[in-house]
Amino acid sequence: MYSKKVMDHYEHPRNVGQIVGADGIGKVGNPVCGDIMKIYLKIKDNVITDVKFKTFGCGAAIATSSISTELVKGKTVEEALEITNKQVVSELDGLPPAKMHCSVLAEEAIKAAIADYYMKQGKNKEEIDKLCNLKDTVCVHSHEVGE
Amino acid sequence: MKGSNKMNIKYFDHAATTKLNENVLKEMIPYLTGEYGNPSSIYSLGRSSKKAIEDAREKVASIFNAKPQEIYFTGCGSESDNMAIKGVAYANRKKGNHIITSKIEHPAVLDTCRALEKEGFDVTYLDVDSDGIINIGELKNAITDKTILITIMFANNEIGTIEPIEEIGKIAKEHKIYFHTDAVQAVGNIAIDVNKLNIDLLSLSAHKFYGPKGIGALYVRKGVRFDKFIDGGHQERNKRAGTENVANIVGLAKALEMAYASLEENNKHLSDLRDLYISEIEEKVPYVKLNGHREKRLPGNANISFKFIEGESLLLNLDIKGICASSGSACTSGSLDPSHVLLAIGLIHEVAHGSLRITFGVENTKEDVKVLVEELIEIVSRLRDMSPLYEDFIDGTYTM
Repeated sequence: MYSKKVMDHYEHPRNVGQIVGADGIGKVGNPVCGDIMKIYLKIKDNVITDVKFKTFGCGAAIATSSISTELVKGKTVEEALEITNKQVVSELDGLPPAKMHCSVLAEEAIKAAIADYYMKQGKNKEEIDKLCNLKDTVCVHSHEVGE
Repeated sequence: MKGSNKMNIKYFDHAATTKLNENVLKEMIPYLTGEYGNPSSIYSLGRSSKKAIEDAREKVASIFNAKPQEIYFTGCGSESDNMAIKGVAYANRKKGNHIITSKIEHPAVLDTCRALEKEGFDVTYLDVDSDGIINIGELKNAITDKTILITIMFANNEIGTIEPIEEIGKIAKEHKIYFHTDAVQAVGNIAIDVNKLNIDLLSLSAHKFYGPKGIGALYVRKGVRFDKFIDGGHQERNKRAGTENVANIVGLAKALEMAYASLEENNKHLSDLRDLYISEIEEKVPYVKLNGHREKRLPGNANISFKFIEGESLLLNLDIKGICASSGSACTSGSLDPSHVLLAIGLIHEVAHGSLRITFGVENTKEDVKVLVEELIEIVSRLRDMSPLYEDFIDGTYTM
């Protein structure tokens, strides 16, 4: 079901943890879906110098968040905003179709962390939305609650 | 060699399937080799196949205190459920169109009921309490003069809870309503007398009690009207066409006989392992919850939610250690919601997502439990360290 790369990332996730005094924190997902990702960024001179993550979720969720931290580390904020879920999936050598939403969540987690950083910097909401192109962080798939 | 790595696994998913018993296999082999006759054929090769399935039928009937002509062999438990529910619904449509079931049934029952709703049947799905037991008062209140069938599972496959079958049977009999029970998880673990319990129809499946896959049975009390399911030949008293799977039928009967011959001994063994596992986890791992009734549960079933972590990641980490189990998380079910059973007993989504179902089997040992517990302690701790829910809980910003 999962590629070797995905298995490697959930067996040995990179950059697990939190950053006290982080410059940007992004939290996406919700318990109903069963996927929650939290990304912490340390940013100096517009460069992401450190990144940590925590994830509640399946193997794919852990792998996509883990690899996302590797993708953003050392990049500028603008470069990090360019990262797409397709890139995340390709870096992991693919994901099963049912797990694609985990890669979308990872992309959103990065954007949410950067949006938080911008907000702390004093940018207004319109500017942040434009720069980050944030989707609604409501679940990307539909649910029917109850019977 | 292919499959040799399977020698090192520790298997705790007996609710999903069980390993074919060697003696059952031995019993089946003649019917996969020299005894290949079609049971409907008139010559002696056919007659010996016929005898084999009728002997099997007698064996199965005697286990449940039923008559041989009340036992029908099917392809699996799901087919038995379909045959029972649709069969009774269609045949009794003139009498009424109302069916009562529960919210925690297996999809083979639930989806069958939903399909019947699309055809104009009216279905009541009873709620369960936080242990998974149906409310007898609610059942009584749901009965109308149009009710033709009550279908409630004997024991739940996910949380192991055993339903008050004797009480339900009594109520069904009083109101002259047919009572079907999906006993797929209970058969092999619990003694079942269909007359004492007033059961009219009962589904079972061989691969849950160390028999082969691809064979089930349906008990139907004499006099219960039910429509034929598969048209064609006249096999199974003209209720299910198709050349009989002789080897599998023989296997099912043998496995059933073996399971009931050692019922008490096996139950003690399984419940000892289950209770040991539950007490070790409750003692050594914080923030856990046992799902299902503590006492009225299947002897081998232990479903526990580990808070703040998700089931699939638990299973993947266990798999790395060669440990086989299952979970009620959405990711493992392939659907977008966690187990409907866990939601029906009132678990919030994240606790349902974090459930681990361990179901012990006759070959498991106390040493297996010890290894399982040790591995779980380490894996749960590591996943909690990675969990934003756990972090928020420790910070006091998240409560469950």
